[in-house]
Amino acid sequence: MIIKLGDIANTRSGDKGSDANIGVIFHTLKHYEWAKKYLSESIIKDYFSEIIKGDVIRYELDNILALNFILCDCLDGGGSKSLMHDAQGKTLGQALSMMELDING
Amino acid sequence: MKKTIRIANGQGFWGDSVHAPLDLLKYGKLDFLTLDYLAEVTMSIMQKQKRKNPNLGYASDFVQLIKDGISYIEKNNIKVISNAGGANPESCREEISKILKDNSSNKKVGIISGDDILHKVENFHNKGYDLNHLDTNEKFSSIKDRIVSANVYINSFSIATALEKGADIILAGRVSDPGLVLGPCINHFNWSENNFDRLASGTVAGHIIECGAQCSGGNYSRWYEIEDLVDIGYPIVEMSESGDFIVFKDKNKGGLINKLTVSEQLLYEMGDPQNYISPDVKVDFTSVNLVEKEKNIVGVSNVKGFSPTDTYKVSICYFDGYKAEGSLTISGPDAKEKSKLASDLVWGRLKKRGIEFKRKKTDFIGLSACPGGVDDENKSANEIVLKLSVHDDSKRKVEMFGKEIAPLITAGPPGVTGFSGGRPKPKEVIAYWPTLIPKELIKIEVDVR
Repeated sequence: MIIKLGDIANTRSGDKGSDANIGVIFHTLKHYEWAKKYLSESIIKDYFSEIIKGDVIRYELDNILALNFILCDCLDGGGSKSLMHDAQGKTLGQALSMMELDING
Repeated sequence: MKKTIRIANGQGFWGDSVHAPLDLLKYGKLDFLTLDYLAEVTMSIMQKQKRKNPNLGYASDFVQLIKDGISYIEKNNIKVISNAGGANPESCREEISKILKDNSSNKKVGIISGDDILHKVENFHNKGYDLNHLDTNEKFSSIKDRIVSANVYINSFSIATALEKGADIILAGRVSDPGLVLGPCINHFNWSENNFDRLASGTVAGHIIECGAQCSGGNYSRWYEIEDLVDIGYPIVEMSESGDFIVFKDKNKGGLINKLTVSEQLLYEMGDPQNYISPDVKVDFTSVNLVEKEKNIVGVSNVKGFSPTDTYKVSICYFDGYKAEGSLTISGPDAKEKSKLASDLVWGRLKKRGIEFKRKKTDFIGLSACPGGVDDENKSANEIVLKLSVHDDSKRKVEMFGKEIAPLITAGPPGVTGFSGGRPKPKEVIAYWPTLIPKELIKIEVDVR
């Protein structure tokens, strides 16, 4: 079954210098466990391949059924130096919520 | 001693609602109101203001808030804790003191200083502290002649000390954002420097409310579920001695507080959740337990903390050339193709005159410009905002760029409009340089009067 990430999780993103982070909070334990297996760093890196220059690092928060992705060096220097329209990565969470997933896959 | 204290946040950044903090003062059932005015580069703006006029360089919105809110501060006996002092807490205090005098108020104003090390960094570097860039490890020597501001994120015990000395209104400079909430907890519950779990609880409480409405329904993924965003309530924490606390809002206000709104904010600007480093404590965000107690009330417990590092984070801002950006709207038909042509024309015309830039960027707003092109290949739009921007060390080159935007209206494709505000002007780029410094080098001073 193909669904969008936003159907099963909330997302919020922000900046840390030239890095951004996206918190992904799942609504159910079942979907969180699924995501721990399949929503890998490389999937995120591919999805945002146009902007990510560094690595993607993933952290797990079992207590709130959440994954935290750090997108290294994706904000063109960040802050006032960046020439990106979204220099603070505010919209990346919403962009990720549109990712299509095959949750039976 | 009161068993619990109530701390609200009415300002997540300079530019946030001017009504929210006043509404919280009117609401009244608070012990402390906190206000965060400082983003990473705000200090550099304030340093520049101060250089132009030695009486400026602080958050002027705060002065207006005290003017409008002093009667409620008096009536409801609320202490106000802010980092509004910015680069010039003394001048800010002078303005506040005038207002207090005009209103026959005996409230005391405390200043926390020692965070500003603008005039000391070079000396520290000469003494052998490397001050290399925290993330990239670049050498400090590459920016040392271009520094605009340098501030240490100082600890929250400074705020507790100011309260201890009787301050009713606190003007800190660069304290850590969650420290505005942790400070009054330390003071009220007498938490010690080694009580890491308690310090971590106060830090998490601060982290949850430091961005104002971002935990009470703002910027929320399921925005369509929120009944009233017009009159959104800003968050309030009720902290207990055990470190357990609740997050809630004025019942008569809109917005939403539940596990998901709080969880989203817990992860906001988060790095490694098991190693959240503040000046006071290292926090493990994977330990936090959230419970929905009632509608719009979330309980937070079980926060674990560990001993802090022996360094403070320093936020240095430095001059890094000039940038400019210009936008035009390009209508359909063929908005995408015409936008591409228009951008090629600008860059082509500049190149023909031998002008190239250190960095340049073309954005087609309307074609997934925000996330940098995710999913834009097959998309089209019936109109597009074309945004062009450049960065260079040469102010003249950036000026030349600004002169090439408007000609597109008559010398480009048809259907180009939306040029307003004149030619884009070169703006100074103030870049951000995070680094670390040993804590023993920093002397924090608290002055209450």
